[in-house]
Amino acid sequence: MILRGRVWKFGDDVDTDVIIPVRYCGGTDPREFGKHCMEGIDPEFHKKVKPGDIIVASKNFGCGSSREPAPIAIKMTGISCVIARTFARIFYRNAFNVGLPILECADAPDYIKEGHEIEVNLDTGEIRDLFLGRSFQAKPIPPFMQELVRDGGLMNHLAKKLRKQGDQASEKVSGG
Amino acid sequence: MGMTITEKILASHSGMERVSPGDLINAKIDIAMGHDLSTPEAIDTFERMGIDQVFDREKIVLVPDHFTPSKDIKSAESCKRMREFAKRHRITHYYEVGEMGIAHALLPEKGIVLPGDVVVGGDSHTCTYGALGAFATGVGSSDLAAAILTGELWFKVPESMKFVYHGKLQKWVDGKDLILYTIGDIGVDGALYRAMEFTGEVIERLPMSGRLTMANMAIEAGAKNGIFQPDEVTEAYLRGRAVRPYRRFESDTDALYAEVREYDVSQIEPQVAFPHLPSNTKPISQVENISIDQAVIGSCTNGRIEDLRVAAQVLRENKVAPYVRLIIIPATQEVYRQAMQEGLFEIFLDAKAVISTPTCGPCVGGHMGVLAKGERAISTTNRNFVGRMGHPESEVYLSNPAVAAASAVKGRIAGPEEVARS
Repeated sequence: MILRGRVWKFGDDVDTDVIIPVRYCGGTDPREFGKHCMEGIDPEFHKKVKPGDIIVASKNFGCGSSREPAPIAIKMTGISCVIARTFARIFYRNAFNVGLPILECADAPDYIKEGHEIEVNLDTGEIRDLFLGRSFQAKPIPPFMQELVRDGGLMNHLAKKLRKQGDQASEKVSGG
Repeated sequence: MGMTITEKILASHSGMERVSPGDLINAKIDIAMGHDLSTPEAIDTFERMGIDQVFDREKIVLVPDHFTPSKDIKSAESCKRMREFAKRHRITHYYEVGEMGIAHALLPEKGIVLPGDVVVGGDSHTCTYGALGAFATGVGSSDLAAAILTGELWFKVPESMKFVYHGKLQKWVDGKDLILYTIGDIGVDGALYRAMEFTGEVIERLPMSGRLTMANMAIEAGAKNGIFQPDEVTEAYLRGRAVRPYRRFESDTDALYAEVREYDVSQIEPQVAFPHLPSNTKPISQVENISIDQAVIGSCTNGRIEDLRVAAQVLRENKVAPYVRLIIIPATQEVYRQAMQEGLFEIFLDAKAVISTPTCGPCVGGHMGVLAKGERAISTTNRNFVGRMGHPESEVYLSNPAVAAASAVKGRIAGPEEVARS
């Protein structure tokens, strides 16, 4: 799958309180989360983002809370993918669980600037900066996480697994 | 090659002889915890899938602790959904307002989380339970839903990082200062994806309250979990509390560590973490004149009885400075009762502090002490990110309870030596 979009740049240690403050997390309407995304850095962020845009950040993106509204808020703004040097571990899990693709890349954040148009190949991890005419290689998404993305997140993946188990069980019953 | 305590616990829960860092495993869950912010989202997930079942009603713990007693209609609705879910599935460990506490203080206190357990919680500070020698880690709502439904979750076995503390602690220095100092040393991603294993003679002497504080903040260094070897201190703490048998694991002497860090604690002073990262630490002696509007003593990090005793020691015969608010929040009903029986409330009230019912409240900018634009607080909580306690232009400084209490008296960040009368 190839994504193409304009880049929004962020620095080190973008935390979940900045991505979405907890006071907006009480409800479960995901559209509301998007309106407050990155409020601590730029309250207008959600208005500026166009569908398909891509966040490129530095290290430890998503540190802090385990709140799942964080990756959901980013997704709701229309952001299609986040690239960072490293991600905080709970955010990493949550992003795949809610279907927001993320890629770890050591050098791309040094060169890609805000406003650049980039292309991301989620299967291979290749990132192409169309403005610079230069490619970067992100760590490929581990096969297990790719399976999650293909199934549409963790719960859909589980549902599929449960259905399979159910089918096998009923086959056994009918077979003997 | 030996294994670390973290690796042994994960191996034992995934039916493996041994596991190594990087292995993807499916582990059985002993306890899955959710609170009033994470559980309703997990329930939503169930509803979307048309599922309404739990893997084991004894192994799920639901605690409304963040915005409770409900602060507004939205939080009341969230609590109601969680309460109805608990009722419908006859969840054994559901703690209503009146018997609840901040989950990470309540679960150890009730003996629900035990050595050798694998615990997941819909809260990043779930790593607190590592103090008891459990593998405990925070997850989001989808993972929480999966754990509640299946009793299993996938993990990547983390590398372990060993921290060794030598020497003798100075007066007024406790677990909070050790962990702040450590995070100041390695940074907020210094233990990213890793297990932090706390060891050394200082740790052996550290009471359970200090261990809980340290494990609690492992996440602030990016760690997957923080962990302590169970020992006599652990056994003494669990006596009369443990609700079921448990198994003690220890790291092998030839276990492999990604990194080992050693500290001489004799030189460590009380620490203050400046805005806006827990790693921006300074020793109290290097903190210049920083006025404060509010002090908060409480939270899953520092709301236990030991923390309140220290605060009382500093506040005795002192008064909170004019125009400053001191908010004290016992972490559980039991801590509340104990503090009252020990006469600590008299000292707090005389000092003009307010005492709140247990809640996470101000730590997350939820309620019970939200900051206005430009305001500054010192707090015994665990995070000082932009906007954490309220307005994006407010500031939070992190410290131990003694420093927070002394600062409330002085109206500026101050060490306990400046005000304590005993």
